[in-house]
Amino acid sequence: MNILLESLAQLFGRAPRKPRKDELSPAVQKIYFHKKGEKVTKAQLIALHDEHHKNSKNKWRKRRWLTLIAVNLLFVVSYYFDIQLLEGALTASRFAGFHMADLNSALQVMLAHKVVLINLLIGIVTVFILWLILGGRTFCSWVCPYHLVAEWAEMLHLKLFARGWAKNYTFHRGVRAVFYVIFALLAIVTGYTVYEFISPTGILSRAIIYGPTIALVWIAVLLLFEIFLSRRAWCRYVCPIGITYGMVGVLSPLRVTYDMSDCKHEGDCRAVCLVPHVLDLTIKNRSVDVEVGLGADCTRCGLCVDACPTSSLNFEFKGLTHKVKKEELPLMPPSATEKDPAVEDKIND
Amino acid sequence: MTNPTPETQEQSVDTSKSEKKKTVKNKTITRGPGRRAQQARRQFLRTVALATGVTSISLLGFMPIPSDAKRQKLRPPGALLEDDYLSSCIKCGQCVQVCPVNAVKLADIDSGYGLGTAYIDAREQACDFSCDGLQCVLACPTGSLTHTLDYTHDTRMGFAVLDKPKICLAVAGQGFKGIARGAEYNGVLRYEEIDRWNPIQLKDHPYDVEICDLCVQACPIEQRYNQCKDGKYPSGDKNQCPPERAIGLELIEEKNGVRHMKPVIYDGCVGCGVCEMICPTAEPAIIIDYNKLTKRPLSEQYLIKAKKGGHS
Repeated sequence: MNILLESLAQLFGRAPRKPRKDELSPAVQKIYFHKKGEKVTKAQLIALHDEHHKNSKNKWRKRRWLTLIAVNLLFVVSYYFDIQLLEGALTASRFAGFHMADLNSALQVMLAHKVVLINLLIGIVTVFILWLILGGRTFCSWVCPYHLVAEWAEMLHLKLFARGWAKNYTFHRGVRAVFYVIFALLAIVTGYTVYEFISPTGILSRAIIYGPTIALVWIAVLLLFEIFLSRRAWCRYVCPIGITYGMVGVLSPLRVTYDMSDCKHEGDCRAVCLVPHVLDLTIKNRSVDVEVGLGADCTRCGLCVDACPTSSLNFEFKGLTHKVKKEELPLMPPSATEKDPAVEDKIND
Repeated sequence: MTNPTPETQEQSVDTSKSEKKKTVKNKTITRGPGRRAQQARRQFLRTVALATGVTSISLLGFMPIPSDAKRQKLRPPGALLEDDYLSSCIKCGQCVQVCPVNAVKLADIDSGYGLGTAYIDAREQACDFSCDGLQCVLACPTGSLTHTLDYTHDTRMGFAVLDKPKICLAVAGQGFKGIARGAEYNGVLRYEEIDRWNPIQLKDHPYDVEICDLCVQACPIEQRYNQCKDGKYPSGDKNQCPPERAIGLELIEEKNGVRHMKPVIYDGCVGCGVCEMICPTAEPAIIIDYNKLTKRPLSEQYLIKAKKGGHS
């Protein structure tokens, strides 16, 4: 229970704290003790990286990008060929006739309109269950089209930042919770779905399906801000959709888990992460258990899983994932992934 | 396309982390304990600026950019009154997808909080009810297009008015021969006598009339009314019959004694906009006025109809 509350508190902006010594489980303390004084050189890490990425470079990112593009294309294809498989846009849709409603959009509508509608309720329940199973903010990284363009903008930002051509101003993460309250209040007071007016998810999804609009200028402004001034600012500090789905994901069985036994604590995962605070437990002496699931704010994007040189971070579906016994686990299990050249070419394009 | 190499990663580690490290290192050497507090203060100010900025931008929706056409946009059939409509629409466009004549479009950012809401530009392409079943109403997931109406004649999107009687061909006593809106125009209408299921382009259906009555001829409510008069109920369902006429040409004697034909709008008008769409003059002589509708609250309208219980 304590862990869940901590996970929620971090979602709303609290910085992860360093656990006291007595909070660490004996097993963890033992492993940390053994790691003491263990020096990891850069060359070693690179070797580990190469070994790890030998067969599966960006495995999860490829899968995720494909999924994201496929979902958004399905809307388009469904409309243009009138196959009625996935009608509507990301704010609300019908999948093979079943109502689906984006939880945040539905919330804004209900707050503004002050009426709970049956069709909308059906859509809300369907989507709630869907993301409860699939991990809450999984929506962000696997479905939201803004996430994808922001990810590309982030790549550019990192290149420019390395050359000193871009800044990375940080903000207090708690501001996202403040925005959440602001937009809820604005909807109640004004009677308009105020957030939908600036929601890049809605604007982009509609533009993809119904054709470009002037509203895309707003998306461009946001991306420029993220490229030159602040890395992934919208998703990190503003978007209330992230908080909505984050809350759904608190109890989700699908998550990324961290196993600290082989971890080198070098921080590669935190460097690629959209929400690095959920990975603060990969810092030495921060993990309270040998195996810990990441917090609710995690978008399950899998970048850390791809980046980790020691396979210490992995996707897990609670109760379903078959755990290999520790003794049988080699230091670096060669991940056997099917390599589909067609898919890879598509991604590399 | 590749993960950054370890070197670049170290540089690009979230700055809050690296800054913190720096401050810890520099603490004793350089500026003393004030540095960290200063950074926290700066971050706080930045955060306040971000919150204020984004909130202000979100409030810009109150100021829709004024366009030359000041008229309130028509909403799809069954739309709640404008304020309720704007608050309840979830901006998904499912109504757009089901419309067989593509009359429904989504508003852009110039309409403020109306961004992403469905509207109909009748002059461009009016709703001619050729879906017969109010598909957009059925598609709406939020009840923005209210489900309390069952038949086309229950809708009230606006009300037709003869806006410019001076340019009306009928008023001038003129006929009309040719393509109603010219060869460039791509709007479609369903002509039941030609193809009940597929609307055809207006340019493929030339007219030749002694006195222009295109608005009356094309009116979907009038067409149904006449079918019912002949005993041919639309879809074999008597409930589909409109209770009142919508529009007709009447011989009017003005105060100055001039007698001429003139389109007269009756209470059965649902404001679908087909008359505005088909009107062959350069500017439409007849238009749909949304605001006329607000005098008779829509919800009341539906309630009355529901009470009549004529649809069972």
